[in-house]
Amino acid sequence: MLQIPLWQRIVIWGLVAIGVVLALPNAFYSRVERHNDAVKAIEQGVTDPQVLADAALWPDWLPSRLVALGLDLRGGAHLLAEVEVEQVFADRLDGYWPEIRDALRQHRDEIGTFRRLDGPPDELRIRISNPAGLQKAVEVVRGLASPVVSLGSVGATDIEVRAEAPDIVVVSLSEAEKAAITDRTVRQSLEIIRRRVDEVGTREPTIQRQGERRILIQVPGVGSAAELKALIGTTARLTFHPVVGRTTDPDQRPGPGQIIVPSMDEPGVYYILEKTPVVTGEDLVDAEPAFDQNGRPAVHFRFNPTGARKFGRYTAENVGSPFAIVLDNEVISAPVIREPIPGGSGQITGNFTVEESTQLAILLRAGALPAELTFLEERTIGPELGADSIEAGKLAAIVAGIAVLVFMALSYGWFGIIANVALILNVAMIFGLLSLIGATLTLPGIAGIVLTIGMAVDANVLVFERIREELRTARGPARAIELGYEKALSAILDANITTFITAVILYVMGSGPVRGFAVTLGLGIVTSVFTAVYLTRVMIVMWFERRRPRKIEV
Amino acid sequence: MRRLRLVPAETNWDFFRTARITFSASVVAVVISLAAFLILGLNYGIDFRGGTTIRTESHSAVDVGAYRQRLQELGLGDVSVTEVFDPTFESDKHVAMVRIEAQAGEEAASAELVAKVEEALRSVDPTIVFTSVESVGPKVSGELIRTAVIAVLLAIAAVLFYIWLRFEWQFSVGAVAALVHDVIITIGVFSIFRIQFDLATIAALLTIVGYSLNDTVVVFDRVRENLIKYKKKPLVEVLNLSINETLSRTVMTSVTTLIALIALLILGGDVIRGFVFAMTLGVVVGTYSSVFVASTILLWLGTKRDWSKPDANQGNQFSTSETP
Repeated sequence: MLQIPLWQRIVIWGLVAIGVVLALPNAFYSRVERHNDAVKAIEQGVTDPQVLADAALWPDWLPSRLVALGLDLRGGAHLLAEVEVEQVFADRLDGYWPEIRDALRQHRDEIGTFRRLDGPPDELRIRISNPAGLQKAVEVVRGLASPVVSLGSVGATDIEVRAEAPDIVVVSLSEAEKAAITDRTVRQSLEIIRRRVDEVGTREPTIQRQGERRILIQVPGVGSAAELKALIGTTARLTFHPVVGRTTDPDQRPGPGQIIVPSMDEPGVYYILEKTPVVTGEDLVDAEPAFDQNGRPAVHFRFNPTGARKFGRYTAENVGSPFAIVLDNEVISAPVIREPIPGGSGQITGNFTVEESTQLAILLRAGALPAELTFLEERTIGPELGADSIEAGKLAAIVAGIAVLVFMALSYGWFGIIANVALILNVAMIFGLLSLIGATLTLPGIAGIVLTIGMAVDANVLVFERIREELRTARGPARAIELGYEKALSAILDANITTFITAVILYVMGSGPVRGFAVTLGLGIVTSVFTAVYLTRVMIVMWFERRRPRKIEV
Repeated sequence: MRRLRLVPAETNWDFFRTARITFSASVVAVVISLAAFLILGLNYGIDFRGGTTIRTESHSAVDVGAYRQRLQELGLGDVSVTEVFDPTFESDKHVAMVRIEAQAGEEAASAELVAKVEEALRSVDPTIVFTSVESVGPKVSGELIRTAVIAVLLAIAAVLFYIWLRFEWQFSVGAVAALVHDVIITIGVFSIFRIQFDLATIAALLTIVGYSLNDTVVVFDRVRENLIKYKKKPLVEVLNLSINETLSRTVMTSVTTLIALIALLILGGDVIRGFVFAMTLGVVVGTYSSVFVASTILLWLGTKRDWSKPDANQGNQFSTSETP
């Protein structure tokens, strides 16, 4: 008859206890949060008495993992950026041109003269003067191709060369090379963005790759997405160029190997610079905000030995002539070299505010982005709105919970109370699991929990209704309870598996808050099936063993 | 001890006496919903059509006209301003949602655009604060629509397959007809009442798919059991018996779920109201449809009657028993 082996009882109650203990920290959210922050600070060597006091707020032997709150509950900024890899492809192809030129030159007798044609950025088109040598030219260029080093593209080469009749050689990047470049660029961008966000020092930012070339950035607590965008959206490519001249005509054609760049502070002023920089930001090892001798905000920087040597040599050879400091295609300033700068450190002055100089220093320290970013999606949620949402969600959950508890007790009496205890433990276990897997609770997630409160009783209702039916055929209460559980099982499983399927699909296809909902819904199904099939059964059996009632009323 | 009973302990109602009427009503509702969807379309949120929404909060009453006029002066194309009311707001809290269409040639709204709009609104009401600013570019919104549609279709297909596996194909058709019915009617209500349709609504639709099935499967599970038990009873009687037997449970579960949802609808705040409303509607329609749509279709399609054969694959599509 109604028997559950001891080990099963221990396992069931043990799982419940683990769930409740894991959920416990969430009941003291701000306290545990301060404890966790303090522990992290102590690990980094902080020994402030305030920090030590915070660390003592929560005992170390208890779990201290919390359910992370989503941006919609905590407030913060969310950005979805796409890395513009096309420009990198074009640069890569451009980089090939000198090599191709040199190789073709050696075969001038066969292919005649040649020149590069203007064309779409993803192709490099070369016209040769002797059409008979087209095949030879293609062969020569093909010979320059090198294998792509990446997983999944064994044997592929980086460029594809084809002949276009009668006299044009077309060079383009192969798909494998494009994929490799994309992967590399996005990874570098991810790393740079992470460094920049870390430099600002906010708590628990989420920075992850999404899809092939997108990056999702979520930073709780930052004032607005616009601020975040200013921080990570700037490419921050710093270069130092020799100055050729100054002009006010943007359409002036620069000479070969020269570029024309607008000035940041003087509107309408353009500088003509040598295209090849003397040194770039890649040679920087440090940058910090400072003030110049006139007390204006500036950025102080230091080069690594290679950069310092190049910079020292250049300044020594060009005393008296100006050089330009260029940031993202704008000349910040173009000072005249007064004396050689051998030490490898210098200062950038411009029309900065203190904030701008601080920001620029951060950007320079973190390094330049390898490609530009386009922002596809941005959301800022104010912390007040998040707090309001938590309050509203909490209130709704409590009211919903109490109403369901009362309703269950009225409908099923003692059995209803057992189901209610199970329901409370069920919610605790959802929180325990959420903390354990480090899931994020969002506003729809709270709705998912409230919905689970409503639906979790379903499995119990199925069992109880079944027990009622079995009681009518009068085979004694113990048998009725046993049959009730046994026969309701298939309906419980079928019903919950179908709902679980939709939760999984939501999780896979959804994003952000919707995903949070899918997680709580899915976990809610797992815990409610567990509580209905095992927990209430153990509770009823234990009650039954003690009381041995002749008659039960469900 | 007296118990609260929503449904008498034993009922013997004939659910198919009015089958023609209820089923016609469902068909009419579905047709109206589809027509509304095709003619009126949906009031898509920025998730699906791109653009920017700004939520404002202020201590003084919202002057929608002044907001709108000031914003129109900026020439940002289609701008809408709606005031938000909620029972959970304090009396001096006034909230409005400003929606600006996606600007040509831009993905997410630029910082300058947002700053311009905020400045314009501040000139109307200096105490205004902006509690949320969300912007979605057309590129992402297009993808989001596609993913949402795929998600709903995938969910329906997965469920169709699962039920087919566990029952017979007729059950599967009935269950899926019921949930398509629920989803379409929910979309229809969103279209007719111009309720904002966004990503959260899709989540709600998928939950409705889950709930509707949950309900249908419980009835079908009992139908299968009774088909084995009463081999000679006509199908209509078996169905009626099964629905009556599970009625008490159907009503109990719907009521507890509705209690929870209504609490959320009233107290959960305006941010998720659309989401919760869709689910509430879905639960009501889903409960109705598992009895009046799913079972009616099963009755019309008929099913195999010989479930007794000891067949390892009993009840799934590998079953050797023939469907009559």
